[in-house]
Parts: sequence; structure tokens; C-alpha cells
Amino acid sequence: MVEMSATAILADAPPLLRLPPEAGLLRFLTCGSVDDGKSTLIGRLLYETRALFEDQLTALEHDSRKFGTAGEHIDFALLMDGLEAEREQGITIDVAYRFFATDRRRFIVADTPGHQQYTRNMATGASTADLAVLLIDARKGVVTQTRRHSFIVSLLGIRHVILAVNKMDLIDFDRERFDAIRAEYERFAADLGFASLTAIPLSARFGDNVTRASANTPWYEGPTLLEYLETVTVETDPAAAPFRMPVQWVNRPHLDFRGYAGTVAAGRVRPGDALTVLPSGKTTTLARIVTADGDIAQASAGDAVTLVLAEEIDVSRGDVLAAASAPAPVADQFAAHLVWMSETPLFPGRSYLFKSGTRTVAGSVTAIKHRINVDTHEHLAAKDLHLNDVGVVNLSLASPLAFEPYATNRTLGSFIVIDRSSNETAGAGTIDFALRRGTNLTWQHLDVDRAARSALKEQSPAILWFTGLSGAGKSTIANLVERKLHAMGRHTYVLDGDNVRHGLNRDLGFTEADRVENIRRVAEVAKLFADAGLIVIASFISPYRADRAMARSGLEDGIFLEVFVDTPIEECQRRDPKGLYAKVAAGQISNFTGIDAPYEPPENPEIHLPTVGHTPESLADEVVANLHRRGIVR
Amino acid sequence: MPDVRPGTFSPSGDPALQSRPRSGSSEVGAPPRAAPTGLTPPRAPAPGEERNAALSPHLKRLQDESIFIFREVAAEFAKPVLLYSIGKDSSVLLHLAMKAFHPARPPFPLLHIDTTWKFREMIAFRDETARRLGLDLIVHTNQDGVRQGINPFDHGSHYTQVMKTEALKQALAAGGFDAAFGGARRDEERSRAKERVFSFRSAAQEWDPKKQRPELWSLYNGRIRQGESIRVFPLSNWTELDVWQYILAENIPIVPLYYAKPQPVVERDGQLIVVHDERMRLNPGEAPEMRMVRFRSLGCYPLTGAMPSTADTLPAIIAEMLGFRTSERMGRLIDRDETASMERKKREGYF
Repeated sequence: MVEMSATAILADAPPLLRLPPEAGLLRFLTCGSVDDGKSTLIGRLLYETRALFEDQLTALEHDSRKFGTAGEHIDFALLMDGLEAEREQGITIDVAYRFFATDRRRFIVADTPGHQQYTRNMATGASTADLAVLLIDARKGVVTQTRRHSFIVSLLGIRHVILAVNKMDLIDFDRERFDAIRAEYERFAADLGFASLTAIPLSARFGDNVTRASANTPWYEGPTLLEYLETVTVETDPAAAPFRMPVQWVNRPHLDFRGYAGTVAAGRVRPGDALTVLPSGKTTTLARIVTADGDIAQASAGDAVTLVLAEEIDVSRGDVLAAASAPAPVADQFAAHLVWMSETPLFPGRSYLFKSGTRTVAGSVTAIKHRINVDTHEHLAAKDLHLNDVGVVNLSLASPLAFEPYATNRTLGSFIVIDRSSNETAGAGTIDFALRRGTNLTWQHLDVDRAARSALKEQSPAILWFTGLSGAGKSTIANLVERKLHAMGRHTYVLDGDNVRHGLNRDLGFTEADRVENIRRVAEVAKLFADAGLIVIASFISPYRADRAMARSGLEDGIFLEVFVDTPIEECQRRDPKGLYAKVAAGQISNFTGIDAPYEPPENPEIHLPTVGHTPESLADEVVANLHRRGIVR
Repeated sequence: MPDVRPGTFSPSGDPALQSRPRSGSSEVGAPPRAAPTGLTPPRAPAPGEERNAALSPHLKRLQDESIFIFREVAAEFAKPVLLYSIGKDSSVLLHLAMKAFHPARPPFPLLHIDTTWKFREMIAFRDETARRLGLDLIVHTNQDGVRQGINPFDHGSHYTQVMKTEALKQALAAGGFDAAFGGARRDEERSRAKERVFSFRSAAQEWDPKKQRPELWSLYNGRIRQGESIRVFPLSNWTELDVWQYILAENIPIVPLYYAKPQPVVERDGQLIVVHDERMRLNPGEAPEMRMVRFRSLGCYPLTGAMPSTADTLPAIIAEMLGFRTSERMGRLIDRDETASMERKKREGYF
């Protein structure tokens, strides 16, 4: 009889299998410095809650003999370090997610790497956790990495921390040492905003105070680690806040149905509720909440639903539907905390993509207010942010965003930064507040506009952005193009890379941060001149796609024309009009584009000029002909 | 040349084809039912009933997280595809996809990599499922491998490489797919425990586990260049038991091979291999015997171990699971070559 055997088996089953589906879930991470025993601790928890299967244990025993560092014992770290490189090097590189349960709760634990180099992977694990188990090696006490991880845990809004003082066996379960570590950590963490902080003395390797109270620590009267994890209350009720839902996908199977699919980020909603579409500010009424299981009467935070509105209004992906009685604020300038995660530093002024909720917009960091020394919490001046730096920055986005401060809502207050060229996730941030520049700095409306100014000149304004290697022929061709346009009676202006450095940009050097700022200023000047009705010819190496994208951003289609002066590096070296390549070869110049600094060629330039085999004259004619075809000159 | 043939099934307006087959009406139907065993009682929802009310908060949370992932991919990618491998995880994956886009159909086709060594019941179930749901199904077989006679008996891990990994890469490249959904779960295996939900693949479709993109909150970075792609794992945070409990709660059809029935088997390397057709090679001294068996995980028949079992209903399967002492992938011979086997296969492009 199946029923009989099921009952018999039930009593003997590992908790993860036995637990009813109604039991709650706690997501936590383990963090701390290298070799503090994070993986060992999780391995121990999995082992003692019987979340491991026999074949996994067999493989673990096999690996322990091969790579293990625990002598005769099972090396639990090998269970977590799932990548070959991790087992070979004996370090954790990336976060691993494991599952276990007790009779009271189910758990997803993120085992995160301790090396500073892999801080971004630690942040990945922390971003979805409700609680952090911060390990400390009792012999070493609070170290830099303890403080770094604590800071990131705090930054990502985790409010419950367990200070797991590990390897107590190696200090003979010394109470005074434990108390001293706890006191030192409490002092450090006082301004990190943790709602609860619980210190537990334990030995992950031998199991003291992990799941069973240890006879070695008679002076400790608190819970074991597992007891605490089972009982700690971390719940907040996001359903209590006003309704918010970022629109993910417009569901339009046929003409008679139009729904907005998304996951409710906060609050609850019912048909008949008045909603505001953000950022447009239009209002509407909720007609239906559609799910595959039929319409429902109410949706609340966490529910994936499809909303049908009573009125046909313009809503698209990236918009936020909010309670009309308490709509979310909308802004395009923010103060934010930012963790930088790329090998390529962050530079103010460079254009990145920012993804928040379901909206991805271009934008830039306009200022780094300060970098934070995560060890001391000191504020340091900074011109850029490097891998694993944490900074407080001002952001400026190309279009407005409905948001909440991160402390109010994680979904609407978090963002990632995407590098426009490599597409990597270069940073992650949390919104602190909107910069209300709009209240005292408004755009002054002028009656004479670009159309009026250019009509007087009988031309369409444009920005011809010449990019290419040093010596490619940009300035030569640009000069000829301006002469031809001038001869035709067109109104022009050339912005030349060398010339602007004599005036406007004479305070800038050749560091990457300064190069980004150089291009930003030139791009702004080019936009002003175009607004004045001129045909602007800008001639700059401008090696990075991101910077050229920044120069293009905010302009209507057809105004910005990227002109790729395409000359192979060998040919540039041969021409060497300014003798620069010779200096590079002699070791007198470094960071030279095309030699020891990258040049990212345009992917879809409006005008592509391969120069080899052509005269500058014929190339200039080609540019002018192209302007004719586009109707910029007639 | 990769041979990708378009699906034979087009969306059908015939309601008779879209309604679920009645319980027990055919071999490929809704799961058989039995009396409750003290576990989650099975219940069939009445028409129009709010079924989510019956879903536990835990399963509801997993379901809604997966739906979010599906929608995010549909919104950000030009040409997604769902890798449909016919097993229980694929059944759940497909069920979630249907929910995510309701009342529209999922805006992507199904892709099955047919090694030619799948169980007949799997192929019948695949075709029936595509027809029932009105979805496009692409079936791809690596014809180079077929011509070379690559088979699971003679070629070991090379077979997996050619007929699964290479076949998959051919089909994804030929279809120009920039995102492929898979049913892998982090609890299955330790290299999978490390993988992101959006798992980036180079233009050569390779995974670099040491350079995974940071993945914070549910802000998935879907930016890729031409030729690059992502693999997406909406079931990342599900466990094997979650999958079964969800199948039970949602009444999701699964391949009948998951239910115990008498099959001719031989015992080989501690595994029970079903002698499924005339291509099965018997070693000297091996004689198939009829035993009551079922499958915990489904793959190519010569490489998939069955387990002795009498569990012929979902509640019985779940009850039986509670006594398991070995992991799900224990019955998959391809994982056994070496400790880092799965990671290597994944780096080369295996799902």
C-alpha cells in the first residue's frame, strides 16, 4: 500500500522533503573574509539538516580526499565551491545558492566569496537576502573584509545580522575573546542601521552551537545558529504601502484585449481603483486583474498579474502604475549610493544605461560627491570610482523615472548601471532622494528657437562628428568640408580637438576622466551651436563609443551625423603628421589611442570614409554630397 | 548544415484540441489521481474557480518569480525560444510560460533537441503537448551525428557532445535565437548552484563561469551584442519537491514514464536500464526481466536509470520522494564521468 509506506517514510524524511509547502522562507547570505569558514558552515548546516543526498556525500568524501584541507574530516567547503577553479584554488569565486529546511522554515542560503576581488558577487548574493550571517575568525577578530561586507550588507538594506564568531575551538572557547570581538563589532556597526545584531560563538568544523548547543560554551545562553535562523522575524509588509507596479510587458493578443503585465512592487489594488501612469501623470481606472487562473478581486505585492484599464491611454514598458491617491515621485536627477563593479572605472560625464524597475534609460553620473572608505566610513574626495569602490553620487537621466527611496521600496529604489560598449553590469546603486533642481532651475522658454534661427540662414542645423585615429585625416577633411560649405554660403563652425584645449578645455589633461569631460564639454558646445542654427563640424579622436553616444544623446534624429574617418593604424603611423607616433615609439608618450589605449570604431556611422586610395578633396566632396541627400544643404 | 525543420503544429482554433484530455482518457493525459496520503491533498479546480487560492504561499512566490523572468525576457529580447526537453521540469516551465502571457500565447516557439534515443512516450507526449497548447515546435537532430552513427553505446561523453550540445548550438544558431529558456534548477548540481538566472553566452555559445555578470535584485541585464545570447533559468530557485508539488497543485500533465509500470529492464553499473527498443545492446549474460519501475528524471533511454517503484500516482510519487537518499541526477549516467562533468559540459554549451 502506497499510503502506508508514505506515512512510514514521512517520519524519517529529511526536513526539506517533509516540510509542508505552507512553511515560510528565509533568504540569507553568509559573508566575511576568506577562510573564515563560510562554506564550511553552510556545508555543516546542510549536513545536519539532512539536505544532502548519499551520492552527494560520496562525491564530497571523494573530493575531500583529493582536494580537501580538513585532514581526515569531510571538507564541507568543497560542497559549496561548485566550480573547478574554486576547488583547485581553494577559494570561493562566485555566489552559490543552496536549499535546506527544518521543521519550521525553509531556507535559501547564498554562500558568497570573501575575497575583495569578488565583492560584486557578494553583493549579488546580498541583494536578495533578508538576513546576513557575518563570519569572523575568532583568532583574527574584526578585519577589513568584515567591515567591507558589513557596509555592503547595510547598503543593500539588510537589517538583520548574525555575527558568527567562528573557530572558537582554536581559541579554547575563550569567553573574554568572544565578548571583546562582539563589543568591537557593535561599536563599528552602530551607524549601519541594523535592526538586530546577534553574536553567536561557534565552530563550523565541529558543529558547536550550529544546530546543537555546545558543551564547550557553558557561558553562552543564547540560541544556536539554526534556532535563531528558524525564529528570527524579518518580515516587512510591502502590501501595506501605496500601490506600485512597473509595467513589464504589454499584452495584446488581439484588438479586443490590451493588458499591462507586471509584478506588484508595493501595496494592493482592486478593480475600480484610480491609478496614475508615471511618469506621464495621466490617470485612469483599473477595470480587471487578469491571471491565467481567471480574474481576481485583488492583487498585492509580489503578485504577477495583468492589469486591464478602463480607459485607453498610452502606457508602455517601463512606466509605473501607481495609486492615484499617492503616486510615486518622478525625477530625472538623483542622489544615490553606488557600488562600482567593473574593471573599467566610472567617470563622471560618461554615458551609461541605468536600469531601474523595468525602465532602461541613458544617463550619467554628474558628480561624485565622495567615495566611502568602507573600513572607517570616512568620506574621501574622488574623480572616479574603481572596482569595488562605494561612492555617493549625483545622477542625471535622459528621461524621468518614477521611483521611491531604496529604504522605502527595494524595487523602485534600486538600479544597475550598464556599460554601453561592453554591456557588462558595471555598477549597482540605491536611490537616496531626488535632487529637486527643477524647482529653482527651469528651462527658460525663448520665442526664437532653433527652427527660426536656421530658417534665417536657409539651412538645417547639423553636427558632423568626425571620429578616427590620430593622423587619420579628420582635421584635413573637416577643414575642406567647411571651406566647401562656406563657399556655398552655409553657416558653419569647426570645433577642433587641439584648438579647444587652448581655451575652453585648457584645464583638462589626458587621463581617462579628463578625456570624458573634454568630450562632454565639446558635445554641449556643439549642441548650443546647432541650436543657433549652425552646421557644426567637430573633429575629435573620441575613441569610446559611450562618449560618442553621449554626444548624440538628447538630439533629435538626423541632427547628429557620425563621420568615421577610417584609416588603418599602419597608414596613420606612416603619415604621422604631428610626429606623435614617433614619440610613442620612442616611449615618450603613453596611453596613445590605437597603440596602448583602445579605439572603438563606430558600429553604424552615418558617413563612413575609408581614406586609403582617396584624396581628402574627394572625401570632402563625398561628405557634402551626403549632406545634400539628407536635405541639410539644398 | 543544421537541419531545423519548422514545427508541424500551428496554433489551432479548435477548442477540442486545447482543452485538457480527461483524466485517464489516454496514455498521454492528466496525471492519475489517488486518495490523499496526508500530504497536500490533490484537488481538481472547478471551472472559473480562483485556483491561486489553493496554491501555497511558497509555490505562489516561486511561480510569480518565474513569470516575472519570462516576461522580462519577452520584453527585452528579439527572438527567444523555450528549450523543451519533455521532462517534468519542462512541463512546469511550459505551464509557467502559458501563465505568464495569458491570454496571449507565449511569444516564442518550443525547441526540442531530438537525439533519436528518446523514449517513444516522450516523443508522443511532446507532439501532443504542442498540439494541445497550439504552440510552434521546432525539432532538431544533429544530422552529422546521425550520419556518423554516433550512439550512446559506443561513444560515451562524445555522444552527449555531438547529439545534445552540438545539436543545441546548431539549432540556436540556425534559428537566430538570442535567448533560450531552460528548466535547470540550482538545487540539481553544484555548478548549477552557481549560475545566474540570465546566464550570458559568448558568440561561440560558451559559458565563462569566472566572468558572470553581477545579478542584483531582479534587475536582469539583457543587453547583448549581435551573435551573443543568454540562457535563462526561470526555475533557478525551485527544488525537486517544489516541482512535484506544483505539478500536483496545478494538475500539470507529465510523461507517463514518471509513473510506475512493468518494463523490461537490465541492471547495469547499478542502474536499471529499460530495454526500450531493438537498438538496445545487451551484454553477454544480460537478460531483460520485467520489473515495476518508474523514472525520476528523463533523458536518452540507454543513459537513464529507472528505479524500482510501485508509485503510479502523483501523491504516491511525492510520498516516495520523501524516502529518497540519493539526488535526482544520480540516475543520469552522463553526469558520472568526473566530478566537474556538468560544469565542463555547460561551458561548452550544454544546458
